[in-house]
Amino acid sequence: MSWLSNALTSSIGRKIIMAVTGLFLCSFLVVHLVGNLQLFKNDGGAAFNIYSHFMGTNPVIRTLEIGLLLGFAFHIYEAVALTGKNRKARGGQGYVANHIEQNSPWQSRNMGLLGTIILIFLLVHLYNFFYRARFGDLDPDINNNADLYTLVVSSFHQWWYVLLYVLAQVALCYHLIHGFKSAFQSLGLTHRKYTPLVTYAGYAFAVLVCAGFAAMPLYFFFQ
Amino acid sequence: MAGSNPNAKPMNLTLKVWRQQNRNTQGNIVDYQVRDISPDMSFLEMLDVLNEDLLRKGDEPVAFDHDCREGICGSCNLFINGRAHGPEPGTTTCQLHMRKFSDGDTITIEPWRAEAFPVNKDLSVDRSAFDRIIQAGGYVSVNTGGVPDANEIPIPKSIADQAFDAATCIGCGACVAACKNASAMLFVSAKVSQLALLPQGQVERKTRVENMIAQMDKEGFGACTNIGSCAAECPVGISLENIAILNREFLAAKATSNNLA
Repeated sequence: MSWLSNALTSSIGRKIIMAVTGLFLCSFLVVHLVGNLQLFKNDGGAAFNIYSHFMGTNPVIRTLEIGLLLGFAFHIYEAVALTGKNRKARGGQGYVANHIEQNSPWQSRNMGLLGTIILIFLLVHLYNFFYRARFGDLDPDINNNADLYTLVVSSFHQWWYVLLYVLAQVALCYHLIHGFKSAFQSLGLTHRKYTPLVTYAGYAFAVLVCAGFAAMPLYFFFQ
Repeated sequence: MAGSNPNAKPMNLTLKVWRQQNRNTQGNIVDYQVRDISPDMSFLEMLDVLNEDLLRKGDEPVAFDHDCREGICGSCNLFINGRAHGPEPGTTTCQLHMRKFSDGDTITIEPWRAEAFPVNKDLSVDRSAFDRIIQAGGYVSVNTGGVPDANEIPIPKSIADQAFDAATCIGCGACVAACKNASAMLFVSAKVSQLALLPQGQVERKTRVENMIAQMDKEGFGACTNIGSCAAECPVGISLENIAILNREFLAAKATSNNLA
């Protein structure tokens, strides 16, 4: 199987892994966003807590969770590996004058920075909600489900927490604007008819998903 | 001078030029003044004026690569004011004219930078890594013999045009020089897609892309992150679409070739 490992560790192979894991993580964003829209239901969090109980206990979801973790792990690992390789390729002596901003978009050049901001957010986010819902001792709600809703609402009343969330969604938005269409390019899925559609779909996806996520902390903060 | 503009005023310029004795020494930027530069001169002619001045003073002239001075050989590679081949799009350095600059300008001139492109001296760079990538698979093997009939192998016009667009790559290396990752993907993709499109390229189609990518990685070029600087700086307009074709060719070759290595 050395042909497979050789293929996947070549510069194109690593980009293909980035693309596949990136699109997989995009699918996760959709599921996460749609589920969390239940926060907006005006029932004191009953529906949201039923949903979060289901997500924390259903065996199918728990199995997919391992896949999700692997998706993140490979995406981050390949990003670090590619960044190291690319830095080395650029060489020790840089340009005295370099106006790369004149020939490429900012977000395309700063995917590593944007990804790092998203990762920091993710760690805070996982600790505060995921860890405490799964391993913490949240009080039960009226249906005897762990009351994650109350924790979410109280977290989103802190201004710095809301700020962190909104900034992370801006970073995610720029990350997706480049990443979505870039994934199709890396997989060789380009066509004169469809590539413009992919580009627009990428913009729409990035803006809609991130605006949806950012609306949650803002809704509770200004409620 | 035929075709020159009689109203064009000569310019005085400050040049910041990278000087480096050889591969093993450190280089640095040295400031020079050039006077009475005609706006009709090409950028290389302006450097010729600088070198004549330096020779007259007994200094060593600035080494830079050049050959045809017609924009087709890909030799005259300079990083000018932070851009590969200067700020003018779709232009090699020899086709960049001094009318694009103004009297009193300061111009920074550097060699291509990449781990795989070591500086020989001053502005002259060793791009033999490109030759080794082409040697790894950027060719078609044919039996020699009588000249084949021009229309023996029918190729649709649209395919021929697309292959020709890819074939216009002059191998100058601006893509590598401009890329944040010093990636050679645009260069490799131009050759891979040119030959993958044509019937003559089918025999070696899979081994070609596998071997060229292996050599590209071995030479120490970076990986593509689809930022698009390469295509923006390419003097002959090689499109990013070629990189997608390369990715596709690589994926298909790795999945279906008989090569187990």
